[in-house]
Amino acid sequence: MFTVLLEKTVDGQRYIDWLVSGLGWTLALAFFGWWIAIAIGVVVGIGRTVQNPFFRALARLYVEIFRNIPVLVQMFLWYFVLPELLPTTMGDWIKQIPPPWGTFFPALWCLGLYTAARIAEQVRAGIEALPRGQDEAAAALGLSGYLTYRHIILPQALRLIVPSLTSEVMGIYKNTSVALTIGLMELTAQARQISDATFQTFAAFGAATLIYLALALIAYQTMMLIDKAVRIPGTAPGREAGGSDFDDVKLESSLPNGMEVVK
Amino acid sequence: MNSLDFSIVVQAWPYLWSGLLFSLSLTAAAFLVGMLLGTLFALVQHFELRILSQLVRSYVALMRSIPLILVLFWFFFLVPLVLGHLSGNGRPVPVGATYTAFITFGLFEAAYYSEIIRVGLRAVNKGQFEACQALALSRFDTYRHVVLPQVFRVASPIILSQTIILFQDTSLVYVLSLTDLLGAASKLAQLNGRLVEMYLAVAVVYLIIGCAASQFVASLRKKYAIAGARR
Repeated sequence: MFTVLLEKTVDGQRYIDWLVSGLGWTLALAFFGWWIAIAIGVVVGIGRTVQNPFFRALARLYVEIFRNIPVLVQMFLWYFVLPELLPTTMGDWIKQIPPPWGTFFPALWCLGLYTAARIAEQVRAGIEALPRGQDEAAAALGLSGYLTYRHIILPQALRLIVPSLTSEVMGIYKNTSVALTIGLMELTAQARQISDATFQTFAAFGAATLIYLALALIAYQTMMLIDKAVRIPGTAPGREAGGSDFDDVKLESSLPNGMEVVK
Repeated sequence: MNSLDFSIVVQAWPYLWSGLLFSLSLTAAAFLVGMLLGTLFALVQHFELRILSQLVRSYVALMRSIPLILVLFWFFFLVPLVLGHLSGNGRPVPVGATYTAFITFGLFEAAYYSEIIRVGLRAVNKGQFEACQALALSRFDTYRHVVLPQVFRVASPIILSQTIILFQDTSLVYVLSLTDLLGAASKLAQLNGRLVEMYLAVAVVYLIIGCAASQFVASLRKKYAIAGARR
């Protein structure tokens, strides 16, 4: 069934090389986007919980905007609209970035900021799940706000939310496929291109599906390992026996109230 | 930077409105089909029906592991083949992108809803089942009148949040060149060249609907909590 992938393409490669190059872009987007998302998400999530009403409102605004606009629309905003809104010289400079980087960076930025909003909500839920006594004990010891977050709150909250971050990892690698709408030749786009070129739709989409499944499995297992390594002793394990494999709803529901942030 | 002219959006509004209506009807249809099938899937797994529950479990895992765009491409390709096969003459039946979108979203969302309901089913207190048995309710009546109403009620905020995400995801029918809200804006933008105004307007519409809907869900979360139940 997949032998077509070994045939030569018009540009002298094999079709499987197209798939591999698509996989490369998908992985690059997901990997680097994830670090952008974690960095911004943690900051915004903290912002949602601080005393200062200005920062709280700012963080809330960020989350509402980036979570309530579809990721495809955000993709278009970064790719089509941003260069037009910037001063002409800067906009032209952006438009002249050669492909594929001209589509890669907007897509990366878009996925990072979108996922950051979702991670921020998880971080907030993690922080709010901690007993108030943690805050109060830190205050009683004379720790400043910064030190409290740095040494007391964050180390616990971040460990608590590892299971629910699994669904965000799965989310970001699936959302990389949206980048095909602005012309980035990632995995799904390559699969379609192979299908159009060879009419072997089953083989082309089947191969892509298998690759995505493998990625899901790897992401899921990795997050489970991380969770096992960093779980706070005494807190309930995120999984019970007998569930299905990719089960983030259940993982979330085993966490305290308010953490069932939904996919 | 060119000056922005949003009067173009006002002119285009009737067309955008029809696009929005398409997005909303796709959401509603996918919600209905997805909930129905999803409940069925959840029950199949809950009862641990032998082969069927394995099948459903694999289906759900598959749908949740691959991107929706790829699912759309799959169905766009498969649905005509399957229908041709079912109709008996074996030739692919051209069904068009619109029907494909409706079928895909219904089947795709069923996987997500079924997970939510399955978790809800497991959360129902065992005493409820025992009480039903003591009252000699049939299995059907137990689920119909006692268990499922509680599941839907407890899970309603999560189900609705999932539906908001579904509404946002309908924008992906763009890849099938359909005229939903985003598709309408993009088609007009290609005609009149005002894509900045068009895409910004679409973003604002989605933002308003999304914020209003999540506010509604938040209020529902408070109101619908079963009195006395641990939240």
